[in-house]
Amino acid sequence: MSVAGTVRDLRSGGEPLAARILEVRNLKKYFPVKTSLFGKGTEFVRAVDGINFHIDYGEILGLVGESGCGKSTTGRTVLRLLDPTEGEIIFEGQNIAHFSKRQLRTVYKNMQLVFQDPFASLNPRKKIGNAIDEVLAVHGMKDKEQRRERIRELLDMVGLNGEEDKYPHEFSGGQRQRVVIARALAVNPRLIICDEPVSALDVSIQAQIINLLINLKNRLGLSYLFISHDLRLVKYISDRVAVMYLGKIVELAPAEELFRNPAHPYSMALLSVVTVLGSEKNKKKIILEGEVPSPVSPPSGCRFRTRCRYATKQCSETEPEVKCIGDGHFVSCHLY
Amino acid sequence: MLSEKILEVNDLGVNFHIQDRVIPAVDGVSFSLSKGETLGLVGESGCGKSVTALSIIGLLQTPPARIVRGEILFKGENLLAKNAEEMRKIRGKDISMIFQEPMTSLNPVFTIGQQISEVIMQHQELSKKEALIKTIDMLKLVRIPLPEKVIRQYPHQLSGGMRQRVMIAIALACNPELLIADEPTTALDVTVEAQILELINELKDRMKSAVIMISHDLAVISDIADKVAVMYSGRIVEYADVRSIFNEPKHPYTRGLLEAVPDINMEKGQRLKEIKGVVPRPDEIKEGCRFKTRCDCAGKDCMIKEPPLLKVGTNYVRCWNCA
Repeated sequence: MSVAGTVRDLRSGGEPLAARILEVRNLKKYFPVKTSLFGKGTEFVRAVDGINFHIDYGEILGLVGESGCGKSTTGRTVLRLLDPTEGEIIFEGQNIAHFSKRQLRTVYKNMQLVFQDPFASLNPRKKIGNAIDEVLAVHGMKDKEQRRERIRELLDMVGLNGEEDKYPHEFSGGQRQRVVIARALAVNPRLIICDEPVSALDVSIQAQIINLLINLKNRLGLSYLFISHDLRLVKYISDRVAVMYLGKIVELAPAEELFRNPAHPYSMALLSVVTVLGSEKNKKKIILEGEVPSPVSPPSGCRFRTRCRYATKQCSETEPEVKCIGDGHFVSCHLY
Repeated sequence: MLSEKILEVNDLGVNFHIQDRVIPAVDGVSFSLSKGETLGLVGESGCGKSVTALSIIGLLQTPPARIVRGEILFKGENLLAKNAEEMRKIRGKDISMIFQEPMTSLNPVFTIGQQISEVIMQHQELSKKEALIKTIDMLKLVRIPLPEKVIRQYPHQLSGGMRQRVMIAIALACNPELLIADEPTTALDVTVEAQILELINELKDRMKSAVIMISHDLAVISDIADKVAVMYSGRIVEYADVRSIFNEPKHPYTRGLLEAVPDINMEKGQRLKEIKGVVPRPDEIKEGCRFKTRCDCAGKDCMIKEPPLLKVGTNYVRCWNCA
């Protein structure tokens, strides 16, 4: 669990820093859609529509939701791979929402990304040692011998010692993901955005990568934003979990609490369909009716109301506010 | 008991000829299926589960694949002895299949109505009009809202879950006696997955079809199957009814698979058990147990002799340590 109050910067040992490594305030990301033949239309896909969350130092925040809910867009916007439409991204005390490319360079020393597909994120023509070497050189490590030493250290850390002269195709999916993690760690980041890091891997390999991520976090004092559609995995790895639906965070709570007492009807439905291995068949599932509405024209009021069993007139009129219903347990629903 | 057996696969072997190499993708797989029963076929990528399914329905691409031995008895007749024309009559009528990716399995330039009624007209002597009525019935059966509208739509106008429903409607259009579902929910979201699994379960009960459910997700299998075959590197390593597989798994690989998935009731900080190493290529292990490179309890025998599928309690297990 994260420690409240202040945490010392482990690496410099100096000034106490704020407890939060990342704070996102009212973040919005709209994509324009063409509606007419001429130029851009006035309609927008509201992929992320005003979300708030924070991550403490040394904490893992899980972000779950189904495809199209905006979880990946959130990750990419936080990293500034996409420019936010509105809102603040406060990373280590600085609002990076409008940083220039040059300013972002220093940010990327502290914030890195691990993508879903380890096959697409490595250059097939580059030996993996060189791929990491490039990162180190870009971030200002001039001495070649020093870089070589660092590469050895990094590969050792992810369990691939002595493999720096191999090409990506010589590795399996799981090993490639290890390379990607080693490369992300090269600059000594403090926050890693993991976007579905194990979804492309076989079940038996997933556990290896998850264990590796946890070990590295404990050893290096990292924080993760862990984006995934797999609820079992998110519950296992996260300290706190945010549930997204159609561009909004509908519930945010400590992992144990969310899975014990889900409050939002959408979270309830999501959790009810997670099959517990070896459990009795026909356990009570909440099967959601209908489809996720279009993010171009989301429903008025509460966005989940079209599929919600408890929807009332109020839900179509006003958007529910975020309410705190327990220790760190936030939900945005008119039921509370 | 006697007439109930609808499918019997005996010692099926499929090789892939790629360049100069011969890769045994499926090696001596046997199982049987009765009416109304669901078999779960579990395993990781490359274990041969889809190749097994494609061999049954006769859609294996040959070359590079070649069925080298075994027989597939469907209602007592060997499907491997049938020619292409005979198989075409069986496929879609008596045996049908649902694929993983509903987008690539539907033809983008035909309407949903055309694609479903084509199957119906192919196998049943119905007029265009009657086929259309049947089509709408099928769409209602898989709970597609406004079927009269959907029959005029094209696949791209439907969501992933809706497309998979259309695929199921096509597969069930002729009341098949055997339905093969190859990872039918892998490309779908969890809430949609729940909808589709419920649908398959319900339709199975209604039509009394036998189902082969292929998945890498043990949770899906535990939800839907009556018996389970776990495959590894072209072989069945454990075969038992669903309760035994999940409550008393015998093979180290089955145990490993079950422990590698975080359980929702798992304590915080409890370490996930991983299966060490990587999945070997099917032609990599020449002798001994196929799982020996990743097994924690591999002994001397395991290195040189491959264990047969032995009966241990209620399970069939391919492991020397369980013998």
